[in-house]
Amino acid sequence: MIDLTVNGRVHRVDADADTPLLYVLRDHLGLNGAKFGCGLGQCGACTVIVDGKAIFSCVTPISVLGGRAIRTVEGLGTETDPGPLQRAFIDEQAAQCGYCIAGMIMRAQALLDANPAPTEADIRRHMAPNLCRCGTHMRILRAIRRVADVGKRAATPAPREPT
Amino acid sequence: MLDEPAPVGDPARRAFLMRAGAVIVTFSLAPRDLFAQGEGGAAKLPGSLDKAPLLDAWIRVGADGGVTVFTGKAELGQGLKTALVALAAEELEVPPASVMLVTADTSRTPDEGYTAGSNSMKDSGTAIRAAAAQVRELLIERAAAKLGVAAERLQARDGNVVAEDGRRVSFGELAAQGYAEVRAKPSLQLKNPKAYRIVGKRLARVDIPAKVSGGVAYVQDLRLPGMLHARVVCPPSYDARLRSADIAAVERMPGVVKVLRDGSVLGVVAGREFEAIRAMRVLGASAQWDESARLPAGDLFAALKALPAQDIVDADRHADAMPAVHTLEATYTRAYQMHASIGPSCAVGLYEDGTLTVWTHSQGVYPLRASIAEMLRMPPSQVHCIHAEGSGCYGHNAADDAAAHAALFARALPGRPIRVQWMREQEHTCEPYGPAMIASLRGGVGADGKIVAFDVDGWSNSHSTRPGGAGNLMPARYLATPFTQPVPKPIPMPEGGGDRNAIPLYDVPDVHVVHHFIAPMPIRVSALRSLGAYVNVFAIESFMDELAHAAGVDAVAFRLRHLTDRRARDVVSRAATRFGWEGFASHRGHGRGFAFARYKNLAAYCAVAVEVALDHETGRARVVRAAAAVDSGQVVNPDGLRNQIEGGIVQAMSWTLFEAVTFDATRITSFDWSTYPIARFPDVPDRVDVEVIDRPGEPFLGTGEAAQGPTAAAIGNAIADASGARLRDLPLSRARIKAAIGV
Repeated sequence: MIDLTVNGRVHRVDADADTPLLYVLRDHLGLNGAKFGCGLGQCGACTVIVDGKAIFSCVTPISVLGGRAIRTVEGLGTETDPGPLQRAFIDEQAAQCGYCIAGMIMRAQALLDANPAPTEADIRRHMAPNLCRCGTHMRILRAIRRVADVGKRAATPAPREPT
Repeated sequence: MLDEPAPVGDPARRAFLMRAGAVIVTFSLAPRDLFAQGEGGAAKLPGSLDKAPLLDAWIRVGADGGVTVFTGKAELGQGLKTALVALAAEELEVPPASVMLVTADTSRTPDEGYTAGSNSMKDSGTAIRAAAAQVRELLIERAAAKLGVAAERLQARDGNVVAEDGRRVSFGELAAQGYAEVRAKPSLQLKNPKAYRIVGKRLARVDIPAKVSGGVAYVQDLRLPGMLHARVVCPPSYDARLRSADIAAVERMPGVVKVLRDGSVLGVVAGREFEAIRAMRVLGASAQWDESARLPAGDLFAALKALPAQDIVDADRHADAMPAVHTLEATYTRAYQMHASIGPSCAVGLYEDGTLTVWTHSQGVYPLRASIAEMLRMPPSQVHCIHAEGSGCYGHNAADDAAAHAALFARALPGRPIRVQWMREQEHTCEPYGPAMIASLRGGVGADGKIVAFDVDGWSNSHSTRPGGAGNLMPARYLATPFTQPVPKPIPMPEGGGDRNAIPLYDVPDVHVVHHFIAPMPIRVSALRSLGAYVNVFAIESFMDELAHAAGVDAVAFRLRHLTDRRARDVVSRAATRFGWEGFASHRGHGRGFAFARYKNLAAYCAVAVEVALDHETGRARVVRAAAAVDSGQVVNPDGLRNQIEGGIVQAMSWTLFEAVTFDATRITSFDWSTYPIARFPDVPDRVDVEVIDRPGEPFLGTGEAAQGPTAAAIGNAIADASGARLRDLPLSRARIKAAIGV
């Protein structure tokens, strides 16, 4: 038994300690966002945020996650009330098959949380661990840039609300 | 043509008609159309209506006025759902939000074969648009009878039929009696494109909001009560046979429900997903296989050419022409390349009460159903295949194989839904690849700077080993009583397989195109986005540049010189303008390249121009920017088209610069993203601009595969422009570029 804090809520999870977070999120908590892409930490489809850092949930065992703040795409907003980055992805129609997108959003969110006004080079370098096979990269970058531009325009970064 | 309805003496039909009163409606609709058809004989119905002519197979209207549209095609991430909803909503004059779409389901939708070949809009879009228009007219006719007003004075609007005086009847009321047995008519009363409010406008994809917020969207997200998790141990090579595995030990592992073995098919089912993965690893490590070294690990292209081939003459036209003053020959090749779908294949199977249900991201649920039924020796009527989205497939990947595994395991564990998830390494090594290909070209240019002769000789395996036929399900070939893979047959022109787009579209007097179809497949192959067009367009469009160079003519001008089709000329000119072709200055390490093709010579027109930056020290090439123009006929979702072309350009860039399947004498060695690298964010261009040319009223032209070939050639041409080195072997890798530019 382990207590995991996901999107601000504590869940008591009955799973083996070496179970990668990905399977706990999907199978125990019913969260669809993080996806199985490789199980090898190579593609980023499983990306979630732990204590502010983007990680590969497919290779991170839950044994190291007790007491850490885990955030998934579900924590950023809902279909009817999307958060700013999700809104940007919708407005840019930044998806083809969409399988990589939840991971892309979490990778980008981690960047924007740490640096609300990243440069183009910052964004590209930061997003490199995440693969998109459909070739949606241009739109993904435009969606991230939309939110980054808001960050650039703000006199001071808006305080982040806890999820 | 309207068939005779079943005789009214037939008791079941009479009872139905008494209830529905449908016969009155049918005859009142019929007179004008019946006469028209009587003269001409059987007229073809639009798109897939020809195979499924009943209107209510496609469009149903509920009592609340909600519309359900049925398509035999599948959403692959290409935005199909959005486009079909738009077409139906437009013709029915209802808000798109009131339209529900049911996709590929052997129990519910028409059989439209495979969602492949960029035929969905032509086949399903055309059918749905026509069916929706006819349902609209049918409901208007009913309203006319009800209101005592001539149909011509009534209008469909927002789910009602309204009269000039404001009286209205709802669709729900008008459709209450149904319209079963009403067949589509060949004559159409389609809405005038000038009046479109939905089609051709910016449409938001209906599926994106759920995908950005963790909604259930994919077959991977399916959860059924009592569902068990399965993993397979795939054969490590094509000829491998399983000698033994420590099944008993694995069955004792935590959570394991069963280990299944049938011949060389091996899998494990567990209660929890990670339990299945752990068990799979132990099972795989314990498995002993007999293998043999059969792969063409030496000179691949020599090995392929040595295999027996069937020669197909695709074009052989001769006309008088002046003699050639420049003659060129060049051979182009492409290694095997993979779909490499980002989400490895997955399927859920449930065998209950003699019926097998499989949820699958297969591109063809009907052919899959037939092949699974054959594999399990069940009647097809007892097998039910339902499409659920997977990640982008770009053709025939391992989706059908995972479905076959799910079927086998479900049948072995009746009453429990079994979820089979392939691993990354399995998808990479076992999926069917885009075949290695060779294209040898010869051409001549006359003194007037025009091409006088163009010869294309191509060699390729089949580009389609899809099920139909259990032998095309990989797992079925490894059963104790195995099925044999059928000998593949070439896909006939004008579509073609390895010879897709092998006939140049250009105006050339002397054209000779031969395709050498190689049946034996040393490495597993099937359809990869655009099939042979990727290589053939790469070859032809690279060669066009080589001919243009010999003739001393600009690459774009040279193409225009040989194109009379106005739509072809338009995409060429617009792409060049958008790129800034005229004003561009190439210099060492910085080049431009252009290419054009009409997909299959009958689908969408697409021209692509790229700027490439080349590092002479490292040989690294990067596409700095791309500009494209596309003509797909009547545009339904302009942003959807743009998305497909942008994506095609970026994906084809990855294929062209990075991708080749590697193997040794026994096994495929491209087993993960490190051994088969693809483009990442630092590799993608700074900009990709796509201009969509709308042709209102023109037939839909398939677009999803149109950018692959032109992108490859544009890049090859740009590398030649930047360095003087002409590369003809795909992928145009850093090592090859370095070797060619002599660093």
